[in-house]
Amino acid sequence: MLECVPKETVEHTVGKINPAKTCQPIGAMYASLGIHGCLPHSHGSQGCCAYHRMHLSRHFRDPVLATSSSFTEGTSVFGGAANLKTSIKNVFEIYNPEIMAVHTTCLSETIGDDVATMIKQSEVPEGKCVIHANTPSYKGSHVTGFSNMCKAMVTYLAQFDGGARKERVNLIPGFVNPGDMREMKRIVHDMGIDFTMFPDTTDVLDSPLTNKYEMYPKGGTTVAQIRDSGNSKMTLSLGSYSSDAAGIALQEKCGVPCVPLDIPIGVKATDDLIMALKKGFGVKVPDELTIERGQVVDTLIDTHFHYQGKRVAVFGDPDIVIPLTEFLLTMGMRPVYVLTGTPGPQFEIRINKMLDGAGITERKVKAEGDLFDLHQWIKQSPVDLLIGTSYGKYISRAEDIPLVRVGFPVLDRAVHPLMPIVGYRGCMRLIEMISNTLLERRDRDSLDEDFELVL
Amino acid sequence: MTINEAELEGMYSKYPDKVKKNRKKHIVIKDQAAAPQQIEANTRTIPGILTQRGCCYAGCKGVVLGPIKDMAHIVHGPVGCSYYAWGTRRNKARADDDTPPEKMLNSMCFTTDMQESDIVFGGEKKLAAMIDEVVNTFHPSAISICSTCPIGLIGDDINAVAKAAEAKHGIQVLSFNCEGYKGVSQSGGHHIANNNLMAFVVGKGAREKVGKHVINILGEYNIGGDGWELERILKDIGYDINCVLTGDTSYQDIRNLHLADLNLVQCHRSINYIAEMMETKYGTPWIKVNFIGVESTAQSLRQLAQCFQDEALTQRTEEVIARETARIMPAIEQYRKICTGKTAFTLVGGSRSHHYQYLLRDLGMEVVVAGYEFAHRDDYEGREVIPSIQPDADQKNIPELHIEPDQELFREGHVHLSMSKEKFEELKKKVSLNYYEGMYSCMKDGQIMIDDFNHHEIEDLIKILKPDLFFSGVRDKYVIHKMGVPAKQLHSYDYSGPYAGFTGAIVFAREVVNAMTTPAWKLVEAPWEEAEPKGGVPDA
Repeated sequence: MLECVPKETVEHTVGKINPAKTCQPIGAMYASLGIHGCLPHSHGSQGCCAYHRMHLSRHFRDPVLATSSSFTEGTSVFGGAANLKTSIKNVFEIYNPEIMAVHTTCLSETIGDDVATMIKQSEVPEGKCVIHANTPSYKGSHVTGFSNMCKAMVTYLAQFDGGARKERVNLIPGFVNPGDMREMKRIVHDMGIDFTMFPDTTDVLDSPLTNKYEMYPKGGTTVAQIRDSGNSKMTLSLGSYSSDAAGIALQEKCGVPCVPLDIPIGVKATDDLIMALKKGFGVKVPDELTIERGQVVDTLIDTHFHYQGKRVAVFGDPDIVIPLTEFLLTMGMRPVYVLTGTPGPQFEIRINKMLDGAGITERKVKAEGDLFDLHQWIKQSPVDLLIGTSYGKYISRAEDIPLVRVGFPVLDRAVHPLMPIVGYRGCMRLIEMISNTLLERRDRDSLDEDFELVL
Repeated sequence: MTINEAELEGMYSKYPDKVKKNRKKHIVIKDQAAAPQQIEANTRTIPGILTQRGCCYAGCKGVVLGPIKDMAHIVHGPVGCSYYAWGTRRNKARADDDTPPEKMLNSMCFTTDMQESDIVFGGEKKLAAMIDEVVNTFHPSAISICSTCPIGLIGDDINAVAKAAEAKHGIQVLSFNCEGYKGVSQSGGHHIANNNLMAFVVGKGAREKVGKHVINILGEYNIGGDGWELERILKDIGYDINCVLTGDTSYQDIRNLHLADLNLVQCHRSINYIAEMMETKYGTPWIKVNFIGVESTAQSLRQLAQCFQDEALTQRTEEVIARETARIMPAIEQYRKICTGKTAFTLVGGSRSHHYQYLLRDLGMEVVVAGYEFAHRDDYEGREVIPSIQPDADQKNIPELHIEPDQELFREGHVHLSMSKEKFEELKKKVSLNYYEGMYSCMKDGQIMIDDFNHHEIEDLIKILKPDLFFSGVRDKYVIHKMGVPAKQLHSYDYSGPYAGFTGAIVFAREVVNAMTTPAWKLVEAPWEEAEPKGGVPDA
């Protein structure tokens, strides 16, 4: 496997070899699915839409419906206005969604389609709405696309009615699985605080199989809720890459103060979320959460020798990798290679600061990197464990290093979209996955005379 | 189980008038008495319709070129297009004598990852630099460049970049102008890939022909190891397989594609262009085969044997068919007991919705709705309609190659098959040389052919016809599950395989049975939601 990858460092200055990111529209499509009754629409040629639906379906193993403007060569020359107007008409007549969320592709961006104006000129049925985000694929990554669509929800929908602020928090959860969103909602609910989470893909991309098919499952934040988010007391934007833009837009548009936080992966980031809620709403932290936190600490103490001191390589989306690296350090592991495909300066600054604090000096940290970079580093100096998406499995096999699958996409394992890695319960799950992967490896590798029942 | 006009009208009733008028032409209920029936295909997708179609790039890179294992396939464009075609088509390949492990590039993904400034200032320099680095690092046998939507718009001259890189590095650098917006579906990309392989690769190799009965298998992508199962059977009978296009194939194999006596065409839609062009250029006859299904595999093998008029070959064909059938039929019979009388929809590919009908019939099942995403009329109606197909503007955007007979290598069809002209003419009466009958003839009265099927139609047809199984791709799969119908992916075989040949029939049968009988289907209704039994008498 991957015998073609050389050990010695090679000149690799342009393009990407085995990218660790993909393009904006898929993130926008995912965010759109977190609005109730929404049909995402891809404004471009239809291959993009097909690919994004395919990839999201494979990760979530659930329906992902979206339409396309189906550009042909002629459309590319004359512009996509006619196609978008026809699409809007057809979509509402045939599929009758509450809302259409249009995102652009590199095709419609390159020809310069003015989607906002096209929407204004279209006939949108009474009570329905169409929003849009510009998501050129040649800028940022799928995380940027998610962020842009979250921001569009605010700019198109959110309103401040001018009255008293509602005792309610807006949560922008970041590009995470429905299982994570459900766990975040549970924490806020357990603290007794009213909230609006948007987007919210629970009950959409982890929808149950019952005896009734619904094109639009019961989940998702309603348009009315997103509108009313402008009247909330505060916003917590979780993950600077995926959520801050929407949080800041809401602050500017409706005056809702935005507190930027990390996605609550690991003890510290979860503590930060709970403290922000406690401070914002003056509530008491319920015993359940205190107990859960104590259980995490207990488990860390009890199991540290399974993983402490192990060298680990982490890659994935920045908002996942930043708090995850923090937690790995909490576990006493040594994250020596930390990489994201998404561009942006914050990533390297924050990771380097953390690793400095932990005294990990021999390390490689890279934003806008690719898996060819990561593989070369590992070839030159191996690690004990790899943590990242399914695309890590090639390196894992080539170098015989176990892989713990975390992030987007995970295309080759079951149940992950429903299982949280956020909150204290998420800490437990991460400890379980990491410990058991390393222990499984130890059992497999041990000689007969070293093979032991209790570990 | 059929559908009536009123039910069909009900399905159309949700459509705006223009959509309704359009879609009616794409749906045909087979009626032998009314034949010939025409279906509209290979025309534009209606904007805003929840189609399952992909794009030109997907057909070119994703389907045809991607499987070539020793080439570096550089996708010129923003990151997404390359990323989604990375490892997702399951074209199995392995190292061999010609392609050592360090030459295997099929698990790699190369993209120029165009950024905003590249779109503004052009990406030719970036592409050229990437080719340099890829060549220096990976030493590929050859390189392909596939352009994506924005590249066509900004006008990067990938052909000039390819030419310069070829001169610089001394390996072939092929450029494919397969921007996603070209044509109306992935079909245009197949055509573009076929054209360039034919124009610049096929016939350039210097190998000598080895073997007595030399064949190519065209349009076989080795999904789930299908190609390997076919090789096993065909080699056992005594054929020499020159090249499988393009599953588990190498660049050198394609250069020597012209050495075969006969081309076998498995996927008609993705590869008929090369089959036809080779017939014109080299005189190579082709035969449409179907190795999906027990009966159809046997029939294809028998047809193939007839093409060579070699008694030993014919005898060995029968021996292999007898041996393999005896091996698998006991298991197939067991599965057949569960499958008999069940119905299915097959909505996939460019020949598969046709091919799988035979395998399902082997299992006692009937396909009541069948269709394609990217087919042309001939895939449904048979090749005789080709002259009457009126090309529209979208089809005219895909260039046609004008092929002439090769002055040195052209041999008449009968020379290829080592027989007299008279024998060859007789053979043509027995087997369908250079012909494909299409899916229509395989279907029974009342069954439905549907082109460029979409979500609304599928939802309605499932409600009306209540099939026991649904075969298509991952974009439908989970939707169909929520409708209470088991769905199997025939793009990716649900990551199993092979499904072709004799071994494939068993694998397929087992999985079909598992899909229908998995115990969870009985749990769909929670016990507290079950209706009260009538009369208040609980079940014993």
